[in-house]
Formats: sequence, structure tokens, C-alpha cells
Amino acid sequence: MEGILNTLTNFISADVRTAVPLLLCALGLVFSERAGIVNIAAEGLMLIAAVSAAIGSAYFGPWGGALLAAISGLAGALIFTFFTITLRANQIVVGTAFNIFAAGLSVTLNRRFLADVTVTGYPLRAIPGLSQLPFVGDLFFNWQLLVYLTFLGVPLLQFVLYRSNLGLKIRASGEQPRACDSVGIKVNRVRTGVVLFSGILAGLAGSYVSLGQASTFIEGMVAGKGFMALAVCVFGNYTPVGAMGAALLFGAADALKYRLLTTELGSYYQFLNMLPYLITIISLMLLSHRSNKPAASGKPYIKE
Amino acid sequence: MQQETEQTKAARPALQMKGITKRFGSFTALNQVDLSVNTGEVHALLGENGAGKSTLMNCLFGMYGQYDGEIYWQGEPVRITDSQTAIRKGIGMVHQHFMLIPVMTVIENVVLGMTDNHWVLDLKAAARRFTELSQTYHLALDPWAKVEQLSVGQQQRLEILKSLYRHARLLILDEPTAVLTPEEVDGLFEIIDRLKAEGHTVIFISHKLNEVMKICDRCTILRNGSVAATLSISQVRNRETLARLMVGNETDLDLHETDCHLGSQALLEVKQLSCRGDYGQLICKQLSFAIRPGEILGICGVDGNGQRELVECLTGLRQAESGQYLLGGRELLNCDARQLLKSGVSHIPEDRLKYGLAPGMSLEENLILADYKRSDFARHGWLRSGRIRRQAMALCQRFGVRFSSLKQPAAELSGGNQQKLVAARELDRQPRLLIAVHPSRGLDVGAARFVQNAILSMKRKGTAILYIAGELDEVMEMSDRILVMYEGQFMGQQARANYDRTQIGLMMAGTPIS
Repeated sequence: MEGILNTLTNFISADVRTAVPLLLCALGLVFSERAGIVNIAAEGLMLIAAVSAAIGSAYFGPWGGALLAAISGLAGALIFTFFTITLRANQIVVGTAFNIFAAGLSVTLNRRFLADVTVTGYPLRAIPGLSQLPFVGDLFFNWQLLVYLTFLGVPLLQFVLYRSNLGLKIRASGEQPRACDSVGIKVNRVRTGVVLFSGILAGLAGSYVSLGQASTFIEGMVAGKGFMALAVCVFGNYTPVGAMGAALLFGAADALKYRLLTTELGSYYQFLNMLPYLITIISLMLLSHRSNKPAASGKPYIKE
Repeated sequence: MQQETEQTKAARPALQMKGITKRFGSFTALNQVDLSVNTGEVHALLGENGAGKSTLMNCLFGMYGQYDGEIYWQGEPVRITDSQTAIRKGIGMVHQHFMLIPVMTVIENVVLGMTDNHWVLDLKAAARRFTELSQTYHLALDPWAKVEQLSVGQQQRLEILKSLYRHARLLILDEPTAVLTPEEVDGLFEIIDRLKAEGHTVIFISHKLNEVMKICDRCTILRNGSVAATLSISQVRNRETLARLMVGNETDLDLHETDCHLGSQALLEVKQLSCRGDYGQLICKQLSFAIRPGEILGICGVDGNGQRELVECLTGLRQAESGQYLLGGRELLNCDARQLLKSGVSHIPEDRLKYGLAPGMSLEENLILADYKRSDFARHGWLRSGRIRRQAMALCQRFGVRFSSLKQPAAELSGGNQQKLVAARELDRQPRLLIAVHPSRGLDVGAARFVQNAILSMKRKGTAILYIAGELDEVMEMSDRILVMYEGQFMGQQARANYDRTQIGLMMAGTPIS
């Protein structure tokens, strides 16, 4: 009994740990997708943010890391909006170029600033009282601050998207930008704002990779998490709550992978490593038909 | 007395536009246009396709941002650079292509973009206000319905209510009847009367003369981007006067009696054709008909009774369940579109932008879409640009397509010119069978006439023609024979010699008559 309980606890914490950066990034992507921008630069944003967070943490402590990560995400998103919204360049091309650029930049920054410093990770914040509860206490109330914020953000962002005036404008901008224009909404301003927001969240998500999941930066450590976040956004049917479910599912696949690595299947580790990605592809295939996919997704809006 | 009221009205124009000029690149769409609209009147803006009606109204509604000239609203000079300004001034516009978001609810569409919305939306309160408003104008609409579930007529009402909800005093209706069924048109006219009674001013954009005669007080006629005339409808004796002002020369409105050179053997034979609709329901039920060379067979019926699906089967866009489709004795059932094109089937589709043209491609490219593999236009897989250009130039001239460059995208043409482009391509192929669906929809008198004459010339050359249109009058004018379709079956047919409108009406409503 004790053993099963332990296994379950470990499994769930591993799930949450993997899910948090995916979810955090996906929450921003849900917003930018809904406004009609496919922010495929998420991968690069997370990578630069991960290294920025490590640098910030090494020189100014974990909060400095979080701040630097958020700023780097914002700056990256600003570049992305300049090309895709102001210059109306193709979002996929700009995003891909940005990702390649980010891969190089993160290595350079790593070697220049992180050669011989110590990086402090995000500290755990046990919630007084609740964390003392048997079993669930440790599981749900003994995490880093960013983890609580991420999960609290889900219902909040769901509310903003569906019940607020801003959310209505965002959703409308991704569906029929011309109709928005006809009622006086500045479509490109809405889109810019939303992409910048998603940049900040991608930045924080990146910081969790280097400061939450580890306490160090390793080159290439984001390893497709930005793309996974895009998949989470689609699989979650472009809603914050859906994204949470999807992120936890992928997290579970990842946790399952680690469980299986310790069994006799462990010798097939290359295949086990594919598991989360395989689940992504299969789930996207199965769910491709029912969709809130915005009609104007990926199309620049040009006022006549 | 009458004189006096006319003068008091004229003394307080709601809107004056003076010397409006709008250029797109080197093309002048509007040249020094003056328009004056009085408070409480229904003012028609009449003109051929491409005459500048929509452009003028888009300037007024701030859709362009820039224009030359002055606008006076309630006597005050205003500069309208975005639609927010226009809305704040009390101007509302119902665009020809509705500005609605299909996946959202009615009420979400209504409040979208309103400047006095609270941060957290109170949709329930908005819905109450909306319902009150819709009752005032007798325009019942469920605020919680999704827009995609509404009929076109309901969507139009929603657009009108959306403007009224924003306290619009002036409503611009851009070709509002183009998308409506005849019953819906009557409903719209009632709404316009009610708006007028409530003191609203309406600008009614149209090229349908009888509608303008019926509901408008005054009209301004645009021709080639300039004002041809402004006059009171009461001064107009007959619609020929308006038509002449619109097209610049006398247009006779009734088509010539079509002389018959019918062949004796059927060229097209369709037997027991059945197919399913988008939701798997049986929508065409064992349809059989034949068309002889040089014959125009009209199919009429209320939209949605299987006409679209029938056409899709005949043009290779939909799989038929069973039946025969013989053209000159050759079986073509469930052949793909390319094989059908090769066999001499031409198609003027219902939706020219979706199925007729590649809107982003140039006029030249659009004109060879069906025949780009022909040796005239391509050799060893390479396009022959000289020949393509000459062909495009010749076709555009022959069909009177107004364009600024053969390289410009088809999307830039006005609706009428786009339709001429489709007709030019499809008719130039010398088809054995021509399937024309709503070929004059959205066209002005001159352009519609032109397209119809082009179709009649194909008839004289012995093409078998299937003609489908929304307006009964049009189908009756054009066809040698009419079949009436209802719920996927033919209710009966009538030959040109003894048309009976009452009987056709009965059949359209579902009464079979042999």
C-alpha cells in the first residue's frame, strides 16, 4: 500500500513538473492563436528565456532570473510582432528564423555568462497549513510560486477570454478581422498586445525549465517544449482549461516514460523517449475535427 | 404645400458629401462626387457594378482612412478616418458581405467593439436591451443563438439591429436585397418603412430599378465614379429613365424572343440521378431530364431544394449515388472535373469568388484556368505568356471587362466584371453543355444583359444549356422550358409557349402538376 501510494505521488509530481512549462507557454499561445497569430517562435522564446533566467539567477538571485526571463520573452515577442504584424511577413517563416537565431544566441550567452557561476533554482514554497495535510499536502501545496500562479492563471484566463470585453475582442480578431474593423476595433493593436503577453508567458515558461525543473542551464534543454506547447494549445482546443488538460496528459506521458525506463523496457529507451511526442501526434490526429480553430489564424490583416 | 415640405426637407440635409475623390493606385474610383441626403428619407444610390457606390459608402463609413473632399454631418464638417468615428456620429452600415462572426452568439456580435462596454461583459443586460430594441422594430431574434445558425435574412436583420443598438440615425444598406429570397425582400422593405417612420435616414444601394422605384424617395445615380444625376423618384416616369442614366444609353429591359434552333436528339440525358447532401440526407431523388442542342432548360425553385447539389453532381464536385449522366451518348457520371471539362462541360458557378475564380491570381491566369494545359497556352510544361496575354486581352475586350492591368488580381475587379471574366472563360471554350447558376446575380442591368446575351449566343451555336437562377422572371425570360424543383424532385415542367406563373408558383410550393 505504502509503495503504491509512493509511486502515485512520484508520478503525479513528475507529471506536474513536466506540465507546468508547457501549460504556462500554452496559455499565452491560446491568447495569441485566438487573436489570429500563430506564434511558432515560442520554442525560441523559451530557449532564450531559459538561458536569461539562469544568468539573472546567477547574478541577482531567482527573482532576477524570473524578471530577466520575462523581459527576454517580451523583447523576443516584440521582434516577432514587428515582422509579422507591422511588416506582415509570414508568421511561420519569421517564427522558424527566430527559433534558429535563438538556438545560436542561447549557446553564445551560456558560454559567455554561465561558464563558472552557480545558478540558484526557484525555491519551494510550502503553503502553511495545507502542506501539512497527509498525502495531498506534499503533492499539491509544496511547489515553487510559479507553479501555483500557473494553475491559478487557468480559470482566470478562461474568464478573461470568454467573459470580458477584451476576450471578446481577442476572439473576434482571430475570426473576422474585417468585421472587427467595421465596429472600430484596432485589430493589429489587439494582436500586438496579445503576442507580447504570450511572449512574457513563454519567457516565464522558459525560466521554469532552467530554474524549476533544474537549477542550471544546459544547451538545447528546451528540446521542443515550445512546439509541444503549440500542440497543447491545439489539443486543448484553444481554451485555457483545455490546455491544462492537454499539458497534464503530456506530462503524464513523460512521467510514464521515466517509470518505464526503470523497468525491463528500459533498454528500449530511445523508443520510450519518443512516447510524449508520439502521444502528441496521435492526439492531434484524433482531435483534428472538433475545433475552435480561429478562422483568420495565421493571416495578416490588411486594412484597405 | 407639397412644394413647401420639399423645401423644408432640403433645408436640413442629414449628410452632405462634397467633391469626394478616391483613388486606388492610378485608378480613380470616385471623381468629385457630391451627395446630399435629407433627414428621414430613403435615398437610393444607383449605379452599375464598379460605378463607385460601395466605394463612396466605405469612405463615409471610414473603411479607407483616406479620401479627398469634405463630409458634412448634421451641418457640421467631419473627417471620418475610421469606422469608430462614423459609428460615434450615428452612422451605421450593413455591408454587402456581412460583418458578423459566425461562431459567436447574436448578442456577442452586437456588443463587439462597443466603447461603453464594461471590463467584464454583462451580456444578460445587453440581451435585455437588445430584445427590447428588436421588439420596437418587430425584428425578433434570439440573442443567444449562434450567428452561423441564422438564415441570411436573419443575419441581415442582426446587422441592422447592431447599428440601431449603437444609436445609428443613418443606415447605409449595401445591396441588401442581393442575398435575399423574394419573401425576405418584402420583409426588408417593411423594416425600411418602419425605420423611416421612426425618423431614421436610409441610404439604399442597389441596381435593381423596381426596388428603387418602390421604396425610395430620391436617388443619386453614379456612373464611372461620377454623379450622373440626383432626382426625386416622384419625378421619374418609368424605370427606363433610370436605366438610361445608369448605363448612359438606352437599354431595353426585355430580352428578345429567343428564336428556336433546337436539335431533335437530346444532347444531355440525365436519368434517375440521386445524390446525398452535406449531412448525408438524400437530397436529389431520381432526377431525370434531357436537353437538346440549342435548348435552354431552366430550373427554378426555392433555394435549398437540391439545385446546388444537382449542379455539383453534373460538374464533378459531388459524387452521385446512382443514375446516368450522358452527354452525346457518353457516360460521365462521377467523372472528375478535368474529364468533364475535356468532354465540353462549362460551368458558371453560383459563387464566383469561391468556385469561379482564383481571386489572388491575375486576370490572365484566371482566363486560362480551365485550359492551361492546352497547347495554345503551354508547351512542354511551360506557359506561353505572349499567347496567354493576347487571349486575355481579346477576351476582356470582347466581354467588356473593365480592368487596369491584365496582371492585376481578379479580386480587385468589381463583382460584375468578375462575373464577365468567368463568363468569358467558360463561353470561349465553345462548350457542348453549359451549366449557368445565377449568372446575373449581383450584376447591374447592363452587365446582366450582357451575360445573358452571351449565353443566348451559345444557344444559337447549339450548346445545351442548363440555366438556374433565383428570380423566376429571369428564368422565364431565358428558358425554352422550365422544370420546377422541390425537395429534390421535379414537380412538373412548363414550355415557353404556355408559361403559367400561378402553376409555377404552386409547384415551387410543393404541388406536383403534370
